[in-house]
Amino acid sequence: MTADPRTPGAARNLDLDRLLAHHKLMWRIRAFEEAALRANTEKLVLGAIHPSIGQEGIAVGVCSNLRTDDILASTHRGHGHTLAKGANPTAMMRELLGREGGTSHGKGGSMHIADFSVGMLGANGVVAANIHITAGAAHAIKLRGEDRVACSIFGDGAINRGPFLEGLNWAKVFELPALFVCEDNGYASTTRTADMTAGPGPAARAQAIGLPAVEVDGNDVVALDEAVRDAVAAIRAGGGPRFINAKTYRLTGHTAADPDGYRARDDVAAAWKRCPITRLAQTLADAGVRGDQLAAHERDAIEEMDAVYDDAKAAPWPPLSRAFADVQDVGDPRNGAY
Amino acid sequence: MVTMTYGEAAKNALHEEMQRDPTVWALGEDLRRGGVFGQYKGLPEIYGPDRISDAPISEAAIMGVAVGAALSGTRPVVEMRFADFALCAVDELVNQAAKARYMFGGQAKVPIVVREPMGMWRSSAAQHSQSLESWYTHIPGLVVVCPSSPVDNYGLLKSAIRCDDPVVYMEHKNLWALEGEVDNNDPLPLGRCRFLRKGTDITLVSWSATVHETMAAAKTLNDAGASVEVIDLRTLWPWDKERVFDSVKKTGRLIVAHESVQAGGFGAEIAATVSDVCFRDLRAPVKRLGAPRVPIAYAPPLEDTVRVTAAMIAETARKLMKM
Ligand SMILES: Cc1ncc(C[n+]2csc(CCOP(=O)(O)OP(=O)(O)O)c2C)c(N)n1
Repeated sequence: MTADPRTPGAARNLDLDRLLAHHKLMWRIRAFEEAALRANTEKLVLGAIHPSIGQEGIAVGVCSNLRTDDILASTHRGHGHTLAKGANPTAMMRELLGREGGTSHGKGGSMHIADFSVGMLGANGVVAANIHITAGAAHAIKLRGEDRVACSIFGDGAINRGPFLEGLNWAKVFELPALFVCEDNGYASTTRTADMTAGPGPAARAQAIGLPAVEVDGNDVVALDEAVRDAVAAIRAGGGPRFINAKTYRLTGHTAADPDGYRARDDVAAAWKRCPITRLAQTLADAGVRGDQLAAHERDAIEEMDAVYDDAKAAPWPPLSRAFADVQDVGDPRNGAY
Repeated sequence: MVTMTYGEAAKNALHEEMQRDPTVWALGEDLRRGGVFGQYKGLPEIYGPDRISDAPISEAAIMGVAVGAALSGTRPVVEMRFADFALCAVDELVNQAAKARYMFGGQAKVPIVVREPMGMWRSSAAQHSQSLESWYTHIPGLVVVCPSSPVDNYGLLKSAIRCDDPVVYMEHKNLWALEGEVDNNDPLPLGRCRFLRKGTDITLVSWSATVHETMAAAKTLNDAGASVEVIDLRTLWPWDKERVFDSVKKTGRLIVAHESVQAGGFGAEIAATVSDVCFRDLRAPVKRLGAPRVPIAYAPPLEDTVRVTAAMIAETARKLMKM
């Protein structure tokens, strides 16, 4: 399914409005994370922060095909997914800064970014753990006879943990409405995934369990959009789980603090040329979209996220009593149960 | 009042809760055959494979799926078969179930009941005999329940299913066939102990199967002229501190007896807290009786040497009371 990057967009039957929305959303994700990285440099985001710069195509290609009531469970690298699922960036940025008004009242931070009101059941700090949770959400959907879909996005490193086998097996055994998307950026932290992975990789493993699996260029949002649309339609029609391996590249270090010394500078520089935003912009330009319209997306996104960052900086810390809230009902620590 | 076994009591509780609430369902290995101890017998026929669901041998998936399904509006009852196997699903229980509500700022709760049959069961050896209740009391977010009788297994399981917190529910394998009277109605409150005997000379606190050893010890001591108070803690977290304090303030002496390893065990938590709060009321040091820190052996005589018995409890009590 890999598309030729030089395919002139006009040659395809493009839905320009949809692609413009994708372009806009990708810029919003990029600008959100640029602001978050600035907050990290300014020591306002203290915990680990994992940027998804260069991987925005996957967040957009996947989440644009999900309804608000569909479920998404994400990874430590989940800002883009959360934003694309419809979460409010102001609340998200407040969460990154640990402030009141954050999506989790400042108790989760970047690695646990979540917005249940838009079906985003949380980023997860444990690699692969979201795969089980997604299978469970899909199981609940099936039990209740709903037509919703549960989706998880995880990294290629996650395929070597048990939940990958167990979660996919479960989803297939029970023919659940689950979409598994591997965000295959080739690296797990500082290690090349290929060096630590036997066999031909994620899609082959999924196929071995009986899940229809496709390989897509995750930096080609047009191709991914199509692949996800087809998969979600099949799932919603009762076809059981589907798997998509979306190849991409992370253009920054693993975390904001990672100097990324393990990758050749030339490789990273070459990857920037395959950036999904640039790529879509080119497709749109080829299709006749004016450059200033595309530039406006970038400018508006930066403006929006700068404001979001300023808001978060000015927001107060959560009241200290919040440290004791939301633990449990029975044995609530606020009742002296400790 | 109806007489039934510990296993039947739990089955009836689950049956009634499933009837009452269509979002309650159970999942685990071999549930379609009624569960390895028959504790689900008859329910598959009534509720079908969707609500009494078999599962692959994938403990982590069983637990993780339950977490995802709980976050998505159902109330799963998770069968772990043996407490030992729940160790394959520690991430799902400790990092996910116990943490989700807090780290997502209260956006969701995780109403799951994790049934972990616990304890020594003749010659089951080191990987099928553990009592790991103390571990779970250490984890913020979890409720820990260890019923010792049919009536408690009925009432506490009902409450556990209705509870919005993840509940680690540990039934003792040696108690499945224990018979007792159950009044078929109300759930029992979590976090409340049960006084099995009232007395003024010494307080014996216990839970799960060791409660029966404790009661036997109390009878011996009573026959010898001591007035013994016996408390079945029933819920380890939260534990019924105030009522234990009240008892110790009255008797001035405390023994905590349990089957699990003594070192770092929950008995130590009770002993330390009571020593702290009731120091001036104590007439003797607080004693703990638990297993030595060795894995459980296969051969019956070796297994028996690590078991806390009624004789040990009575002997310790006599020393404390200088009888
Ligand atoms: C179970 C577990 N082991 C190790 C880690 C530490 N860790 C965090 S991210 C990461 C790499 C994950 O790689 P991948 O799944 O490919 O996702 P990516 O970071 O590339 O998005 C590791 C090892 C963890 N969070 N969880």
